[in-house]
Amino acid sequence: MNAEQTLIDYTLRLADNALILGQRMVENVAAWPELEEELANANFALDFLGQARMLYSYAGELEGKGRSEDDFAYLRDEHEFRNVLLLEQPNGHFGDALVRQYLFEAAYVHILGALVECRDEQLSAIAARAIKEVQYHVRHTSKWLIRLGDGTELSQTRVQQSLHDVWRFTGELFAADDIDIAFQETFGGPDLSAVAALWRTDVAAVVSEATLVLPDDEWMATGGKQGRHSEHLGYLLAEMQYLPRSHAGATW
Amino acid sequence: MVASDISEQQVYEWLEQVPDPEIPVLSILDLGIVREVSVDSTVTVSLAPTYSGCPATEAIESSVRRALHDHGVEAPVIKRVISPPWTTDWITRRGRQKLHEYGIAPPQKSLEIACPQCSSLQTELVSEFGSTACKASWRCRDCLEPFEYFKCL
Repeated sequence: MNAEQTLIDYTLRLADNALILGQRMVENVAAWPELEEELANANFALDFLGQARMLYSYAGELEGKGRSEDDFAYLRDEHEFRNVLLLEQPNGHFGDALVRQYLFEAAYVHILGALVECRDEQLSAIAARAIKEVQYHVRHTSKWLIRLGDGTELSQTRVQQSLHDVWRFTGELFAADDIDIAFQETFGGPDLSAVAALWRTDVAAVVSEATLVLPDDEWMATGGKQGRHSEHLGYLLAEMQYLPRSHAGATW
Repeated sequence: MVASDISEQQVYEWLEQVPDPEIPVLSILDLGIVREVSVDSTVTVSLAPTYSGCPATEAIESSVRRALHDHGVEAPVIKRVISPPWTTDWITRRGRQKLHEYGIAPPQKSLEIACPQCSSLQTELVSEFGSTACKASWRCRDCLEPFEYFKCL
């Protein structure tokens, strides 16, 4: 695999993660229990869409075939998306969405930390921009996890269940494949085993403060990074891509 | 007008008239997002976006383009620079003053946020998020007014 292709593939994975999580959050707009959380959710979504746009534009530039950010977002099918499975999981209730976002961002913040130091100038710049936003998100979601876990019996039971439900998707965040390894070797990208260790320490601390129990590591689902997705992604894309697919080139 | 007749100083004066679309009391110079202005065969303005997904980014770019057009610059170049990332430290002293007068508490390192209405330090956070990505919602426990705080980034 040549360096250029590694960089494109890696950038698209980052972009797809940001877009798919952003889209899941957009689905929750106007559904949250209180106004403050409504604003938080919409702001988070906006940060992710912004990151996705920068990353897609950069991937398009690197690829040099004239594909725009919209082409990547709207005109690719499921198997071409490289987001991790965790992020395409259905929204569920407030606790489910919160746990999904927290578990991802607790890793993402360390991945971005490593990317800031990587040898690709543009990815480093995007990461430096994004990490400030993600640090803010993690502060917010970890507080909520603690509030729900250490809250009422009902909130604790439900959020503990949320943790169990998505735990099997967390392994993929750290399962390094050829692209991750090549990106690490060629561009000084993140060492996913180091990220996993940092993630586990952070998550264990928050989960313990939340009086919750860390689920056991059992079988972990993988495949999203290679384009093998759960059925949920298809429904997500069908809604997200409807307009540009049905009315190609529409503008307003 | 040919670009060579224009001074950089002149361009800065025009940009002073371009407001931030979400906090119109601030000009884009107050906000600290104008990173560079250069004049050679055309006028080039480099802008730093505030947040990755800030919806104002494109609006600001088109306002800058329009402002330059209005002053006779035919084909200005607007560049988006993301490195180094924008920080609230770049908001000017005058910008901070304007925010305060407008009723938005300016960003600060200290956790004691003064109420922009009555200057009381008896204030509390309502939500880390507000009407735009860059603001949080606070309220004053003395005058009971809610207010927005421009988050430190």
